[in-house]
Parts: sequence; C-alpha cells; structure tokens
Amino acid sequence: MTEGKILTMNGAGQAVSSDYAMTLLLKFRTVLALVLVVAIFAVLAPNFLTVANALIMLKHIAIVAILAIGMSFVILTGGIDLSVGSIAGLAGMVAGALIINGLPLTALGVVVYPSVPVVVGLVLLVGIGIGLFNGLLINRFQVAPFIATLGTLYMARGAAMLMSNGETFPNLIGNPALGNEGFSRIGAGLLLGIPAPVWLLAVIAAGAAFVAGSTTFGRRVYAVGGSERAALLSGVRVDRVKYAVYAISGAMAALVGVLIASDLVAAHPASGESFELNGIAAVVLGGASLTGGRGTIVGTLIGACVIGVLGDGMVMVGISEFWQMVIKGGVIVTAVVLDRLQERLG
Amino acid sequence: MVELMRASGVKKRYGGVTALHGVDFAVEVGRVSVLIGENGAGKSTLMRILAGIETPSEGEVHVDGHPVRLNGARDAAARGIGMVHQELNLCPNLSVAENIFLLGSRKGLLDRSGEREKARALLARLRQNIDPDRRVATLSIGEQQIVEIAKALAEECRVLILDEPTSALSEAEVEVLFEVIGDLKRSGVGIVYISHRLEELLRVGDSITVMRDGRIVARSEAADASVGWIIEQMLGEKGRLKRANDLAPEEGETVLAISGVSRPRDRTSAALHDISMEARAGDIVALYGLLGSGRTELMEVAFGARAASDGTITLKGEDITRLSIAQRVERGLLFVSEDRKAQGLFANLDVGRNMAVSDLASFAQKGVIRAASEQGAVGRMIARLGVKTASARTAITALSGGNQQKALIGRALMPGPAALLLDEPTRGIDVGARSEVFATIRQLAADGLAVVFSTSDVLEALAVAERIIVIAKGRITLDIPVAQATEARLIRAANAAAAA
Repeated sequence: MTEGKILTMNGAGQAVSSDYAMTLLLKFRTVLALVLVVAIFAVLAPNFLTVANALIMLKHIAIVAILAIGMSFVILTGGIDLSVGSIAGLAGMVAGALIINGLPLTALGVVVYPSVPVVVGLVLLVGIGIGLFNGLLINRFQVAPFIATLGTLYMARGAAMLMSNGETFPNLIGNPALGNEGFSRIGAGLLLGIPAPVWLLAVIAAGAAFVAGSTTFGRRVYAVGGSERAALLSGVRVDRVKYAVYAISGAMAALVGVLIASDLVAAHPASGESFELNGIAAVVLGGASLTGGRGTIVGTLIGACVIGVLGDGMVMVGISEFWQMVIKGGVIVTAVVLDRLQERLG
Repeated sequence: MVELMRASGVKKRYGGVTALHGVDFAVEVGRVSVLIGENGAGKSTLMRILAGIETPSEGEVHVDGHPVRLNGARDAAARGIGMVHQELNLCPNLSVAENIFLLGSRKGLLDRSGEREKARALLARLRQNIDPDRRVATLSIGEQQIVEIAKALAEECRVLILDEPTSALSEAEVEVLFEVIGDLKRSGVGIVYISHRLEELLRVGDSITVMRDGRIVARSEAADASVGWIIEQMLGEKGRLKRANDLAPEEGETVLAISGVSRPRDRTSAALHDISMEARAGDIVALYGLLGSGRTELMEVAFGARAASDGTITLKGEDITRLSIAQRVERGLLFVSEDRKAQGLFANLDVGRNMAVSDLASFAQKGVIRAASEQGAVGRMIARLGVKTASARTAITALSGGNQQKALIGRALMPGPAALLLDEPTRGIDVGARSEVFATIRQLAADGLAVVFSTSDVLEALAVAERIIVIAKGRITLDIPVAQATEARLIRAANAAAAA
C-alpha cells in the first residue's frame, strides 16, 4: 500500500485533502494501542517489563495468534469459524488418548502407540478434517458459515467430552518402552531460552504472511472476500478456496490444542473454550473487515499481542475478572468504531 | 473475413422455457458485431453461451472452425474469449493490477512487479493513465469499465464481448471507449457489442444483428442500417400492447411535483440535471429511458431513498424535500422498486404479511396486531387487484412474478396513497402478466391516484401512459401527452445526447 497524499471524494465530486495526521493515526491505531497497553502496564506493574514476564506473555500470545492466523484466512474470504476453540479441545483429547491409550487397530487386534511426531500429525489431520467438514456444509449445502461452524463447535466439544467421559487425560509424558515420550517439549520446551510455541508462531506467521501476500492462493482469498461473484466470473474456484481456508483454520486450532495439552502435560476436554472469541477479536483488532477482503497477517499478529498483553497485564495489576471482561470488550468495540471511521475517511 | 468464433444452431432451455430457438451468430476478425433486441430477447443468454458461462441445450459453439465445449469463464479465457459484464465484476478491495491478474500471472507465486508493469502497459494500450496500484473502490465507473476491458485483454483475448458497456459512462468516457474499440479492431480482435443505444450502435458497429423472442430476426451491415430499420425489426408485429381507451381518466389537481432536482453522478448511480415534472390526480405518467438514464435515481430522489443536491419535491402542495421516507409514506407517497427480490419482497413471509407491512399501525392496537382487521384489509386488497394466490397465507415466493408484483403494488396501496411511483413494474414478468399489471395501473388512476411508472419499453409507455416523459443522461429530453407521441420520436429522445 503506497499512499502519498490521501484524497477523499465529497458529495459534490471535488477532491478534498483530509487531515493527513488523523488518517495516519487511524492507520496505525493497532500499533498505537499495543504501545499504549504496554506503557500502561509497565507503569502499573513493576515486574511487567522483565524478560521472564515477556517470555510468559509471548507464550500466551502465541496461543491466541496461531488461532487468529487461521481465523484470518477464513475472515478474509468473508466467512467466520466459531469451531476453533472446540477443535483445540478435541485435538488435545485426541493427542492425550493416543499417548495414554494408543491407537487400537481392532482389525489386527493390536494397539499401536504412535511416536509424538505421528501423534501431532494425526491430530492436525483431525483439525483439517473438521475444517473440510465446515467447508462441505458451507459449499455444498450453502449453510451460512456462522451456523455451520456453530454446529461443529458443539459437535467437536461433545466429541472431546465423549473421549474420556469428561475426564482429563493426565500425565502425558509417554513411556520410553513404547517410544512415545517427549510430548511436553512441544508446548513447554525452550530453544535458545525462548519457548517453543513462540518459535512455532514465528514460523507460522512468516509462512502465513507469505501465503496471503505473495501467492496466487492468497490473491484468491482476497478476491473471494472482495466479491465472490467477480471471483467466480474470473475463473476462481471459489469452493476450493473456501475448503482451504477452513482446513487451515482447523489445522491451526488443532495445533493450539496440542500446544495447550503439551504445556500442561494433560488434556482436559473443556480446554479451548471461547478461544474463538479471542481469535476473532485479534483479527478484528488487526484491522480486518468481517465482511471479507481486507486485513493482513501482520495486523492479526499485532491484534493478538494487544489481546495477550491486555489479558496478562490486567491479571498482574490485579484487576477483577469481571472488570477484565468489561475492559476487553471496550477495547474491541473501540477498535471497530475506529475502523468504520477509517473506512469513511478512505 | 476470417471467422473467430461461431454459435451454430444454438438452443437454450431453462426448465420449460426456451430462451434461444436455434441461433446462428459469428464473430469475425477485426469487426464489431452488434447484437440488439428488447429485454428478454435472448441476447444475454447467447452471450453467456459464447463466454462459456452457460452451455447450450442443443447446437454447437465453434472456435477457429472447431467445435468446442466451453467449461466456464476460465476455459473460455484460455481460448481467448473475454467478456465484460453489464454489472461490473471487480473486487473493490483489490488494486487495479490485482484485479487484472486476479488469478495470478503465473502459478503459485505472485509476480507483483511484473503484474504492475503489464497492467500499466495494458492500460496504456487503452489510452488510460490509471495507476495500477490504485484500489478499484476509488475508481469511477468509467475507469472500472476500462479495467474490466484490460482484464479481458490480459488473457490475450481475441474475442471480446461487451454487454452494455456504455450504460454507466459519461460522454467523454464513451468517446474513449470507442477509440479503444477502434484500436482493438485494428489489432484483429473480434468484438461482440450489446447496447440499447441505437445511434451508438450504428457508429461503432460493422454488422447489426437483431434478436426477438429468442430468435435472430434480421441482420445487416451497419452501413446499410438505420435507426428506423432497427426499431422496426426490434419491435416486430406481435407483442404489441393494445391501448385501452375505456378508462380515460379526468385530469385532477397536481399531486406530486418535482422541480429543479439535480444530483451528481457517483460510483453506482447516474446524475440528474435540473429535472422538473409533475403528476396529477388520475394521471398516468410514463418515465421512459434507457438503462443508466437516471429514471431509477429520479424516482428514488422523489421518494427520499436517495439524496438530491438541489431542487424541491412537493406532495399535495406540501414541501417534502427534507422529510424521511417514513414521513413521505405517512403523507401518501409510495414507491415500488424495480428490484423485487432485493428491495421488494420479504421472501420469508406470506402474501398477506408482505402486503400488510406498509400499514401495520392501522391494524394494531397499542402495538398488538389485530389479526382479523389485518386479514380483512389484506383480503380486500387481494380481491381488488386480482392477485392470484391460494390464500393470504401462501408463501410470497410461490407466486408468479406478475402476482408478486401485484402483491407489492397492493402493499403500496394499503395506506391509501395519493401518489404511486412504480420503477419498471414489468421487469421480469411475462407478457400476459404485463397487461394485467397495466390494467391495475389504469384502474388505480381511474380511482384518482397519481401514478408514475418507469419503463425501458417504448410500447409500454405508449400503451399505458397519459403523458410520457423521456429521460436521457439525467435530463428530460421530451415531455408530451401520449397523443403526440410516436415510437420513433420517443426512441430518438431517449438516445438524444445531452441536449436541452
């Protein structure tokens, strides 16, 4: 986006130069919000600006951001994915079950204990599968994304509960005899002193930004969100694009489920509840339009930082849980109001 | 003449309806083949078949002499066939270059700088100085049209289909488009050109093909054709509406007066220039104009659905210019949109609820709807207009287009209006239903209403109206009693350049 002078058209069709500073301010509002939030908590909480705290916060941000990056692709097409929190919960449970109980192959009468990389692979496939199911409902049966993914939200959460009758899979350390230990390193491990999930986020964010900005697939995602009909008439296979974005979102959600279960070394069927809301909030804070076609991965990343820092900071300062909700809601509403303002200013 | 593409013996049926009855049509190198006909003549269907968007039920499409089966727009594009649709199909959130290369100029990775350069070259070929990085949302309609053409050319297109490309263009933009068409012809591109603007067709076309009722009825070299000849071929003998003189109403006092209304053109709508007109009680005024002439905009301004920059609107002597739509409805001005689906029907509600919505307050007591009173009024209206429906509880979507339209007119009549604005009331309904809708309109005028309806069909205007106002490019070019009107005079006025 290169914008030298910013012009808007008024009713009479004359070009009017609008307040450049104001437009700039609006454009970088998410960055400003992040700086502001960090500054406030740095003053209010004495040990906020320490390396140890930063690393903890980054880990929390990674959880929100990975989910939100998957959600970004969906929202860019003009859709929404409410099922991500439940997919995360189910993914953790599937991982737990594979490590504790193994994979029973009833036809052969044996139980296989897959190694941790295979477990992760299988769990991602579960996430992709649910994403493709969302895509099927939306493409084939013309179900509105909101309803389709609301349905899978309940189904996936129910399935997570059914896997253990609502119980937790504890102690997911694996068994050297079975060759499936090391699960906890994914979520709790460190590399060069930085938590593994942060590395993972860095790789995913870079990859997603590249895909969205520099590939034909990314272009098609923006096209579908901008005008589905124009995309269709230009030869874009709109249904494939939609399958792909929900599959990406499902995979990212499953990965988040793995990260949480791994970090806690336990899988709880209720984990990930209402994560979809944090994901959507991060995307919207990052400047994406819920009607599709506008938004960036970098924006989403910054949005996720705001959500993460805000959450952790408020806990550190000791703001009551109820006020935390009010403040978070206020920040989101403000972001959207500013977004509409920017839209009008061009 | 070298043939690029041909439809031969093409038939197209939609369910029980036949849209094309065996049509032959050829596109030749470096020539503009004009296709003309009234709405519903089958032009769009034929073009969609040539562009690969639809497949013929029978017959063949040949490209370079070989029969082909075109599977979708992308397949057609790969064979060098591009189409610019009447309603613009660009992604407003993307840049000009991104729209031109929506699929990417190569597989996988985008080549942004290459695409930008190619876009710049294409736009230069079209004699345009549009920045490839500009977002499409910020372009004028004319510029968007150019981008659409550039998009078609980016695919190395040899056949370019233009569906009413000038309907949204300004005078100057039309000139640019014609220059571009000239350039394209010289470089060997075969062009299919569709428009309702007759003089324009004769100027830009090399051959003229006239369609009527799904058939090709006449063909001529443009040099041998005249406006009169085209009109004659387009209208044919049948399908003429007989004028009913039985209910010639008496002229009453002025109900609706529009004076000096102007508004600028914007991205999606036409301008209006100093428009004044009035409608009297018992009057039927036809607002005749081509697509994009401003007839819809004028009605929307009168109704308050669109802002005017200038002018006043009075209803029964009261200035209503600053009133909201709801206030205008309360005072007796009602409007039925041309876009039945998007702006008329509540597809989720039954016939009765669709009709009653405009007058709920009079059926309700302290906010609670009294079913008996509502059903009584709805029943009377259904009987009065002869809406053919099993009952008031039938889903509105189960009705035919004509009866849906009557139900919507019924809705507008529920509050007992003084003036009624009907925007293209016969759009999308069949010939039989059309005369019923007009019988209804005549009855309403006889009951003392002022009725204004818009139409793009000159015969409708002549058959139904007491007075005909012709609007062209946002200006009134003719305002005469029906007795003085002739088809040719109206069509000429509708095609008039910005005169008067």
